[in-house]
Amino acid sequence: MIELVSTDRCIGCRLCVKVCPVNVFDMQGKLAVIARQEDCQTCFMCEAYCPVDALYVAPQADESVHVEEQELIASGLLGSWRAEIGWNPGAEDTMAERDTTPFFEEFTETFRSK
Amino acid sequence: MPQQQITTDVLVLGGGPAGAWAAWNAASQGAEVILADKGYLGTSGATAPGGTTLLVIPPVAELRDAAVRSRLQAGGYLSENSWIHRVLDQVEQNLEQIEEWGYPFPKDEDGNPLRTHLHGPEYMKIMRRVVRKAGVKIWDQSPALELLYDEHGAGGARGINRLTGEAWEVRANAVVIATGGCAFLSKGLGCNVLTGEGLLMSAEIGADLSGMEFTRQYAPSFADGTVTRGRMLAWATLYDQAGNPLHRGDRTFGSIPELMLKGPVYASLDLADTEAKQQFLRSAHPIFFMPLERAGINPFKDKFPLTLRYEGTMRGTGGLRLTGADCSTTVPGLYAAGDAASREKVTGAISGGGAYNASWAICSGSWAGLGAARHALSQRCLAGSRQLRAAGRMGLAGGAPASRTLDPKPLIAAVQQEILPLRINYFRSEPVVAAALQRLDSLMPYITGRPPATVQGIVQSREAAAMLQAGRWIYTAALARKESRGLQRLAEYPALDPRQTHRLILSGIDRISISTESVPHASELPVPREGRAI
Repeated sequence: MIELVSTDRCIGCRLCVKVCPVNVFDMQGKLAVIARQEDCQTCFMCEAYCPVDALYVAPQADESVHVEEQELIASGLLGSWRAEIGWNPGAEDTMAERDTTPFFEEFTETFRSK
Repeated sequence: MPQQQITTDVLVLGGGPAGAWAAWNAASQGAEVILADKGYLGTSGATAPGGTTLLVIPPVAELRDAAVRSRLQAGGYLSENSWIHRVLDQVEQNLEQIEEWGYPFPKDEDGNPLRTHLHGPEYMKIMRRVVRKAGVKIWDQSPALELLYDEHGAGGARGINRLTGEAWEVRANAVVIATGGCAFLSKGLGCNVLTGEGLLMSAEIGADLSGMEFTRQYAPSFADGTVTRGRMLAWATLYDQAGNPLHRGDRTFGSIPELMLKGPVYASLDLADTEAKQQFLRSAHPIFFMPLERAGINPFKDKFPLTLRYEGTMRGTGGLRLTGADCSTTVPGLYAAGDAASREKVTGAISGGGAYNASWAICSGSWAGLGAARHALSQRCLAGSRQLRAAGRMGLAGGAPASRTLDPKPLIAAVQQEILPLRINYFRSEPVVAAALQRLDSLMPYITGRPPATVQGIVQSREAAAMLQAGRWIYTAALARKESRGLQRLAEYPALDPRQTHRLILSGIDRISISTESVPHASELPVPREGRAI
């Protein structure tokens, strides 16, 4: 579930409010806030779209877990999904470009037992 | 009276792949198009957060004939060869189009593009850009709540803007339902927007449903997480709690429901035993790995607990019954695409899985968009001057007596209690399913209350109504098909019955009536002697 909107980083652009498929965020003054955490579907899309890497979605879908912003920054997790998709400024390539996969089932068939 | 009223040619409901392709195609015919999505075109639905493998088979007659034949058999002879061929032809053109729009497909050694897989975020970002560029008005955060209709058929929809709270009304001579399947808020990746309102509102103006019994599909996911990627488990060993191996490799995931009856099941992708294999898997499906890594799990080494998330009609097969090649329905002006439509024509009685459903979304979206545009542009009467009525009732303020209030969350929980459990919906048997259906029926009075006057209350009340109705359709169909075929199973009838090689068509809300529809390849099913005698 969504666990963090960094008030240090949030620039109030409203993009998370606009893109969240399940309407989890509201604006409170100039900051986005988690208004309906229980509706979060843990799809990570808000993280992908946040232009300043202010959001963190924990992988746990059914229960809220405690996160520390400084630890997330130190471990490189804050913004890591956007970077992996390749939507961060200065990204060398995108996830789609890095995937040189032939047909998945064919690969599985050919290489699994090798 | 809605605060915002507008007339257009085509209204597309839903902003996943099927809706995006429908809107783009309708606009390409010169139609004015509005696309309204509950969430956001780009993030909404099952495709956007992860990605999807596509059904593509090179245009070589032998390969295609073989694929179509094997599908016909696997799907219990309910699919239609001509429709599968259509999909295979059409999807090639659309994928070429996506590549022209900038999607970076990998290339083989000879430089030919391998258009077999799409990463969701990139794919849907491109779709948003081209849909907008085609002149489509995109209304995000704007769930439709009910359809408008008159004696000429569908005429638009009413809904609400979740951010402003404003009610809206769009009048349109053609409507495309591309709202996805119904996954009952089971938290499969990206699937919580899929709550079945498109099915409900279409049935309210007389559309039929088909294939609702083929809905016994659960997807394995990391127990704490949401990501459902069953194909990754082809690289897994499954373990019990004590760490004893249970199963290994191909089709392991098909055995999980039975294994879970005995206790918790764990997986480890330990068949990917080299750096190269691990890297391949990691870059093919990053969304599978990221949440596990965030939870401190190395999926190639560690054993992580699995759960099963119900996929309803989404990776099941049932949905709105299509009656024409242009994805029209029995209601004039109403078209259906993607997972909102029944996929029996291409998948028969089995799951479309990722690949079939992804190609189906692209193709059916395109056909529905073209069909809707053609219909709308050929009408002499403008939608704005029709005497349209709003058809919604279940879970809406208009259909409710003022005295009672509707509390959607407990109602949703009560529906989930009947629909999500494996012991009811996966291990189907007549008495258990019949009892669950009876309990769902007994919830009907609760949906007639007045929804809370908040935006969330209004939207969730309609979602609760749609899920309740979808559940009733699913179990009604499951009890009517007294056999086991594809995704449908009843313990009392463990075998396929050749005499039931037809589709089950449902109509109606309160009283659900059932009829059958013949299928073109029924006579090709090898019939045992005793079956023929009757």
